[in-house]
Amino acid sequence: MKPGTNASIKRMVRPEAFPTPFCPGCGHGILMGAILRAIDELGWDMKEMLFVSGIGCGGWIPSPHYAADTLHVTHGRPIAFATGAKLFNPKLKVVVIGGDGDIASIGGNHLIHGARRNVNMTVICANNGIYGMTGGQVTPTTPQGRRTVTTPEGNPERPFDLSQLLVAAGASYVARYSVYHVRQLITALKVALEHPGFSFVEALTSCPVQYGRRNDLSTPTAMLEYFRDTCVTIARARTMTQEQLKDKIIIGEFIS
Amino acid sequence: MTPSGWQVIPSVLKPGRYFMQGDEACAEGAIAAGCNFFAGYPITPATEIMEQMARRLRGLEGRVFIQMEDEIGSIGALIGASWAGARAMTATSGPGLSLMLENLGYAIMTETPLVVVDIQRAGPSTGQATRPAQGDVMQARWGAGGDYELIVLAPWSVSEMYYETVRAFNLAERFRVPVILLGDEGIGHLREKLVVRAETEVYTRLKSPGAAPFGQAEVPPMPSFGEGEQLLVTGSTHNARGYRRTSEKEAQGELVERLGYKVSAHHQEIIRTEALLTDGEELDVLLIAFGFTARSAYRAAQELRREGLRAGLLRLATLWPFAEEAVRELASRARRVLVSEMNRGQVLREVQRLVSQARDYHRTDGEVITPGEIIAAAKGWCA
Repeated sequence: MKPGTNASIKRMVRPEAFPTPFCPGCGHGILMGAILRAIDELGWDMKEMLFVSGIGCGGWIPSPHYAADTLHVTHGRPIAFATGAKLFNPKLKVVVIGGDGDIASIGGNHLIHGARRNVNMTVICANNGIYGMTGGQVTPTTPQGRRTVTTPEGNPERPFDLSQLLVAAGASYVARYSVYHVRQLITALKVALEHPGFSFVEALTSCPVQYGRRNDLSTPTAMLEYFRDTCVTIARARTMTQEQLKDKIIIGEFIS
Repeated sequence: MTPSGWQVIPSVLKPGRYFMQGDEACAEGAIAAGCNFFAGYPITPATEIMEQMARRLRGLEGRVFIQMEDEIGSIGALIGASWAGARAMTATSGPGLSLMLENLGYAIMTETPLVVVDIQRAGPSTGQATRPAQGDVMQARWGAGGDYELIVLAPWSVSEMYYETVRAFNLAERFRVPVILLGDEGIGHLREKLVVRAETEVYTRLKSPGAAPFGQAEVPPMPSFGEGEQLLVTGSTHNARGYRRTSEKEAQGELVERLGYKVSAHHQEIIRTEALLTDGEELDVLLIAFGFTARSAYRAAQELRREGLRAGLLRLATLWPFAEEAVRELASRARRVLVSEMNRGQVLREVQRLVSQARDYHRTDGEVITPGEIIAAAKGWCA
């Protein structure tokens, strides 16, 4: 069976856990598949893997869907739990998956200290710029001006550039792609998984239900087209002016 | 694989007499109990435990010491390590315990064995970091959200800082529940004699490959990550295999009842009390105390007897589950019950639930209670 294909990755999930709880048009399904395809293409055994996730839609990507050890923990804390498990049993291949609320807001302190500490694990942030599970509140990665239920007049605060934050905090591999750029995303995930030390992949993912519909992106395709039209590669960004880069998202490998 | 159940192992420290600090004795007790994972964050007056654990665990194969970014991360790391097979401990004081409580609830919900040491200091909040207090009795019992049972031990000597830490590990493994060792600054910083026995009795969690890790047994077997069990561990309400069941009332009710029952049904195995100077007679006054205060209460009972008053002491070595039977039995033979503690009556309220006429003598100014104060309080009431 060809690694990375639907037929092949089907062996890596628990059939009884499906259908997923995700809303129609949610980008998390693409990311859920991309992570499995990366693992499968590397030829890794799910029996050696531990997936740690926190609270929020992103935390449900591995738990209970992945047929591996999963640890679904308190809000914001998966990196701390993962640190304990990895240090005690270094043979475990540890992957943390969580949303921007989980990883970058309530768990922000563990994120930067995890990067600084450089324990061998991969952290994947499913960044959709919104608290989806609780109904669409603003997060630290919601772009300025965007409407959410707690910023009905538009977000007055500036967002984190998570990838740049992780570069500054000392992560030894940092990449950002969207679920529109799924092939590049899988490639980055493979590099991150194999990378020794703390690797970070920021996966921009779509939430048409809680984010898109308040920001004129209410269909699944509108959100994917937004990523297509907004993301520019690092190489292309170098050729653009500050004015041209306004409201663009730079994607690629920031540290490798 | 490590053997499961009870076994007797040689003690790590050479057997014999030591002159040791309470915090250090706690760390040595942890080592004797097979602790192989410590994560912590500095806080007075518990820091010496972390420092001793760093000396004991750093750089050794199969043992992990890590100083985390905060207390939330410390207990988080413990839970991750415990599920990877570790015997894990952290040490803190009141403010740090407050930060740990959400994840303590997670450990209760996921039946994760671990030991949390709280060397109490004068609060609330930052309070007086170097002064003794016993204000965390209720925080330790009820601080995490939800409805649950857990185990809280209260050592009164350097010797018990060692041996009760061993017992804390054994109870945690035996019942798959977090155990809090509730010390205080008085005991933590006290230096006195410790006699280390040649052997240590330790209990290791039971394993049963393929069995449901959250199953029907009172205390289900506990596999570890990396054993191919495809574990689902979650703080959400779950079934026997760990699948989330977030809207079935049966799943919620059965889980909460079992988590509570597995502790409460074994209270006789868990609760340790010591009745001193109480032999078989009517008492003029029964003193009830725990931790450092019990030392003063013991001395007070001895003095009161010398002065002709029939005084005795019930010392609570286990605070939670509460020693209802011992309190009822001894109070039934006593004309008066006097509780002494360094808080505004947290154990008193538990005692009054059983013995309505109980009174207390307490201090909350960061000073320990002296025998003389307890004697005066007892004599004043008996006069």
